[in-house]
Amino acid sequence: MLVLPQKREFNFFIFIILIIFIISLRTPSFLDLNNFMDILNDTAILTMVAIGQLMIIVTGGIDLSVDASLALTGMSVALLNQHYPEIPLFIIILISITIGLLLGSINGLLVSQAKIPPVITTLGTMSIYRGLVFVICKGTWVSAHEMTEAFREFPRRSFLGISNLIFIALLIIVLFLIFLSLTKTGREIYGVGGNKTAAQYVGINLNKINYLAYTLCGGITGLAGFLWVARYAAAQSETAIGFNFQTIAACVVGGVSITGGSGTVIGVVLGAFFIGIVYDSLTMINVSPFWQMAIQGFIILFAIIINTIMDKRNQQLLLRKRSFNE
Amino acid sequence: MNKPKALVNKKNIFDLEKIRKINLLNILLKWEIILFFIFIAIIIVNSNLSPYFLDYNNLMNTTFNFIEKAIIALPMMLVIICGDIDISAASILALSSVFMGLASRAGVGTFGLIAVGLFTGLAAGFLNGFIITKFGIPAIAVTLGSMSLFRGIAYVILGDKAFTKYPKSFAYFGQGYIGNTMIPFELVLFIVLAIIFGIVLHKTTLGRKIFAIGNNSIAANFSGVAVNKIRLIIFTVIGFCSGLASILLTSRIGSTRPNIADGWELEIITTVVLGGVVITGGQGNIFGVIISVFIIGFLKFGMGLINIPGKVMNIVLGFLLIIAIMLPELLKRIKPKNNIK
Amino acid sequence: MNNCILEMKGIRKYFYGVKALEGVDFKIKTGEVHALIGENGAGKSTLVKILAGVYQPNAGTIIFNHKSVQFLSPQISQQAGISAIHQEATMFPELSVTENIFIGHHIRNKSNGLLSWKEMKDKTQALLNRLELDIHPDTKVKNLSVAQRHMVEVAKALSLNAKIVIMDEPTSALTIKEVEYLYKIIRKLKSENKAVIFISHKFEEIFEIADYFTVLRDGKYIGEGKMAEVTMDEIIQMVIGRNLEHRYPQIEAEQGNTILKVKNLTRIGFFKDISFELHQGEILGFFGLVGAGRTEVMQTIFGIEALTSGEVFINGKKVNIANPAEAMNYGLAYIPEDRQLQGTILKMNIKENVTLSIINKISRHFFLDKEKELKITEQYGKQIEIKASSWQQLVEDLSGGNQQKVVLAKWIATKPRILIMDEPTKGIDVATKATVHNIISELAKQGIAIILVSSELPEILGMSNNIIVMHEGAITTKFTRDKANSENIIKAAIGSILS
Repeated sequence: MLVLPQKREFNFFIFIILIIFIISLRTPSFLDLNNFMDILNDTAILTMVAIGQLMIIVTGGIDLSVDASLALTGMSVALLNQHYPEIPLFIIILISITIGLLLGSINGLLVSQAKIPPVITTLGTMSIYRGLVFVICKGTWVSAHEMTEAFREFPRRSFLGISNLIFIALLIIVLFLIFLSLTKTGREIYGVGGNKTAAQYVGINLNKINYLAYTLCGGITGLAGFLWVARYAAAQSETAIGFNFQTIAACVVGGVSITGGSGTVIGVVLGAFFIGIVYDSLTMINVSPFWQMAIQGFIILFAIIINTIMDKRNQQLLLRKRSFNE
Repeated sequence: MNKPKALVNKKNIFDLEKIRKINLLNILLKWEIILFFIFIAIIIVNSNLSPYFLDYNNLMNTTFNFIEKAIIALPMMLVIICGDIDISAASILALSSVFMGLASRAGVGTFGLIAVGLFTGLAAGFLNGFIITKFGIPAIAVTLGSMSLFRGIAYVILGDKAFTKYPKSFAYFGQGYIGNTMIPFELVLFIVLAIIFGIVLHKTTLGRKIFAIGNNSIAANFSGVAVNKIRLIIFTVIGFCSGLASILLTSRIGSTRPNIADGWELEIITTVVLGGVVITGGQGNIFGVIISVFIIGFLKFGMGLINIPGKVMNIVLGFLLIIAIMLPELLKRIKPKNNIK
Repeated sequence: MNNCILEMKGIRKYFYGVKALEGVDFKIKTGEVHALIGENGAGKSTLVKILAGVYQPNAGTIIFNHKSVQFLSPQISQQAGISAIHQEATMFPELSVTENIFIGHHIRNKSNGLLSWKEMKDKTQALLNRLELDIHPDTKVKNLSVAQRHMVEVAKALSLNAKIVIMDEPTSALTIKEVEYLYKIIRKLKSENKAVIFISHKFEEIFEIADYFTVLRDGKYIGEGKMAEVTMDEIIQMVIGRNLEHRYPQIEAEQGNTILKVKNLTRIGFFKDISFELHQGEILGFFGLVGAGRTEVMQTIFGIEALTSGEVFINGKKVNIANPAEAMNYGLAYIPEDRQLQGTILKMNIKENVTLSIINKISRHFFLDKEKELKITEQYGKQIEIKASSWQQLVEDLSGGNQQKVVLAKWIATKPRILIMDEPTKGIDVATKATVHNIISELAKQGIAIILVSSELPEILGMSNNIIVMHEGAITTKFTRDKANSENIIKAAIGSILS
C-alpha cells in the first residue's frame, strides 16, 4: 500500500488543474496533447534532480552543486561519445550514473565526515565541478554532429508515444517513491531531518544517512547529465547553469520544509510540473525567457514564506485547542 | 543557532608552566600568523613569476581586481560572525548596477547614480533582513531565493543587452586615483571602510553584541540584546556595501550586463572564511579578513600571470573554501590540548 | 527464584563541576512498579538515562537479567529490552503516529523486504485501541497535543515489548482521565510480568500505582521500601531531608510599596488568569511541578514571549513590555532557568558576559570602555565571589556554580528593582547554593523585589515571605510564610487542595 497523497499535495494538485484551466481559456492550444508532452519532456529532468534535492533538503541540508555535477557528468559522457563512438549506450549510461555517484559522495563525505555546513560544501564543490567542466572540454563545445545518433536520439526515442526521457523520469519517481516511503533507510532520512537527538536515540546512523542522501542525489544528477546533453544535443561549460535553483524551487513549492524533516516525492513531482507549466505558459504568451530566473526566485521566496506562515498558524491552532481542553 | 557543546574538563588551567609552553605553540599556530606567512609566500612566488609584480604602480593597479569584492567581504564578515550567511550579495550588486544603468539612460547625473546604486543595495539588503527576521526563516533559505530573484530582475530588465552609457565623471570611482599618487580611489575607500568595520567589530557595543548573537543568540536575547534588530541592520549594511561595490565595478568597467559579478559570492565567502571567521558564527577578526583579501587577490593575480583561466581559478577557490574550514579542526588536533592529565 | 531483573550498584556520574550521582544503588523485580522519588536535580533523570544508554556512568555496575552489561547506546539498551519515555521531546513531529512508534524497528514485508505500512498501521491502531486513544494512526505528531504525544510514547514502549519500561514524569501533561488510562496500562504491564520504573513528583500517584520505591536526594541513595509500609509524610521527609531547613538566612526584610502588579495575565496554551502583587523587599516564591507554567509566566513578564491578554503594572503604571531591553528599562531583571543555553555565552569571557546586559550604559556613545568593564566586573565578581583565574577566562571553563554566579553578577549589575530568578540554585553545589541564598536575602534587604521560582521545597519555604503555587497553568493557592508547610504546598502543587 502506497502512502496516500496528503492534504497539501491534493490542494496543490487542484490548484495546478485550476491554473491549467485558466491558461487554456486564454490559449486553447495549451491543452494540445503535443504541448502537454512537451511540458512533460521539459520537466522530466527537473523532476528527477528535484527528487535528489528533496532527499538532501529532508535531511536538513541543501545541494547547490547539482547543476555543476550535471554539467560535469554530461560533458564527460559527451566527450566519451565523441572520442569513442563505439562504446555502447548502456555503458555510457552506467558511466554517467557512476560519475554522478562519485561527485555526490564527495559532497556527502565533506558534509558527514568533515562536518562542513552543506551550503558551504556545495558552494565550494559547485565551483570546483564547474571549473572541471571547463578543464576537460578545454573551453570548447561538443555539438550535435560530434555525437552518435544513438546518443543524441536516446531521450527522444519513444514507445507508445511516450519518450525514453519520460519513462526514465517515471522510473526514478517510482523507485524513490518506494525508497522514501517503503524502506527502512528511506524513512531514516526523514528521521535525521526531523529530530537529530531522537534519531540517535532510535539508533539511526546520522553520518551514514547524510552521506547516502548526497550520494544518491549525485547518482540521479549524473544520469540527468547524460539525458540533458543528449536531449539538447550539446555539451558546453555553461550547461545547466542556475538549474540548482530550479530544483530547490520545485522542492519548496512542492511543500518540502527548507529546515528539513518533511517533504514527499509526490509533492516534488507536482512542484516540478508546476514550474514546467509556468515556464511553458510564459513562452506561449510570448514572455521572454529572461523572466524565468526572477520568477523562480520569487517562487522560492513566496513558497518558503507561505510554508512558514502555515506552520505557525498550525502551532497557534494547536495551542488554542490545548487550552480549551483543559 | 549553535548550541553550546559539552563541556571539557580543564582542571590544569592553573598549571602555569604548561600554559606557557602551550602558548608558544599556540601563537605560532595562530591563524593570522599562518595567513601572514602564506601572504609572504605568495608575494615571493608572484615576484618570481613576474619581475614587474613588485613595481609600485603595478602593485597598486592589481588591487583594482579584488577591492570591490573586498568591500562586500567586510560586511559579510559581520553576517557570518552573527551566525548567518548571505549568498545574494553578488545579485544585489547586479540589481544596483542595472538600476544605475536605467537611471543613467534617463539622464541622471553622477551623484544621482550614486544615490540610486546605494539605495538599491540598501533596499534589497533590507528586504532580505526583513523576511529573515520577520518570519524567522533561516538566512540561507531567504538569500537563496533572493539571489535568484534579484539577478532575475536584472535579466528581465536587460535581457541580452547592456547599459554602456555612463557620465564621464562617473568613471572616477572605479578608475580614478587619489590626486597625483598612483593610489586607486577604490583602495583608499576600502582602507577607510576596513578601519570602520574593524572599529565597529572590535571597539563598539554593536560589535560586542554581534559576537554575542553569533555565539548564543538565545542568551543574547535574554540579556536584552535586540537580536533581530541587529541582524536586520547587518543585512541592510551588506546590501548597502553591495550597492557601493556596484558603483565601483560599474564605474570601472563602464557597462552593465545582467551577469555582472556572477559567482562573486564564492570568492567573498571564501575570503571571509579563510580570514579565520568561523562559519558557524561567533568568532573572527578584522585582521585575518584583511590579510585574506590580499592573499586571494594576489593569488588570483599570480595565477593570471601564468595564464590560468578564470574558471580554473574558481576550482582553486572552491578548494580553498573547503580547506579553510577543515584546517582549523586539523590544527586543533596538532596543538597540545590543555586538558591532558 | 530470584526475579530481580535489574540491579544497579554504586553508580556514579559526574558532569563538569557537578556530581550528578554519587554511588546510587537501585534494583527492580519483574512485575513490579517501582517509583523513583526525589526533588528536581536529585539525580532521577540521570540514573534513568544511564539505564537507557544515553549517558555512560563514571563508575558502578549494571546487572541485567543476571548478566553484567554495559548500555553503550540507546539502541543497545532498547534491544536488550529497556524502553524509556524521556522527559524531553524524542519524537519526530513531522512524521505520523505510526511511524513514530515504529521508527528504529520498522516492520518489513517478509516476501519483498519492503516496509509493511498496513501491518504497522494495524498494530498502531491496536495499540491506540488498547490505550483507548482516539487518534488516527496517520496523524502527524506535530498535530497532537502534549498529552497525546505522551500517550504515543507509551504506545511505542508497548510496541517494543520491553522487559523494563521507564516512565519519566509521564503524567505531567495528562488530564485526570488520561492518567487513569495510564494506570490501567501500567497495571496491565505489571500483570504481564514487566518491570515499570515510574518517576513522578506527584506523591498521590506514587501511592496509587507503585509497589516499591527508592528515594534519591542530591545524587545520593537515601532509602527504599515497600509503598504499603510507608506513609506520605515519611516519604516527604526522606525527599526533603531534615537538616536543610536551618541553612536559610530568613531575614525579615521590611516590605515597601507594591512595585509589580500582574492582572489576569494569559498566554493561550501555557497559562491563564495569573494575578499577583509584588512589593519592595519581598521575596515571592513560585512553586509548582515541572510544566506548571511558572517559567512561561516569568518570560512573558520579561518580554521574551508575547502575552495573549492581561495587564502588567509597574509602580502603578500600566506597561507594555515587548522585549527584554524594554523590561530592563523598567528595572526588571530575569535570571533564566537554563544557565548554559539562556544565561551565559559559554565561548565568551567572564568580563564580556557580566557586562553584556549593561553594555550600552557603561560605554561612551557607541564605544566600549574596556577599563570600566573590567572595574564593574571586578566589583560584582568580588561581591558575588566568582572564582576564576582571571576575568578574561572563558565561561565554559568555569564550574557550574561559578557559571551561575556569572549570570547573577550580570543581572545584579543592571541594578534591578525587580529581580526574577528562575531555579537559581538548580544543579549547583551546596556551598554555592548557600552563597546564592545569602545574596538573595541581601538584595531583598536593600529593597529589591524578588520573585523566586523554584522546584525545591526547602528553598521556597526557607527563602520566601509569600508563596504562590501554580498547577497546570493557573495559580491554585497563595500562602504567607507562616501558613505554609511542605505538605500544604505539595498538595496545592498537585492540584488537590481545591477538590
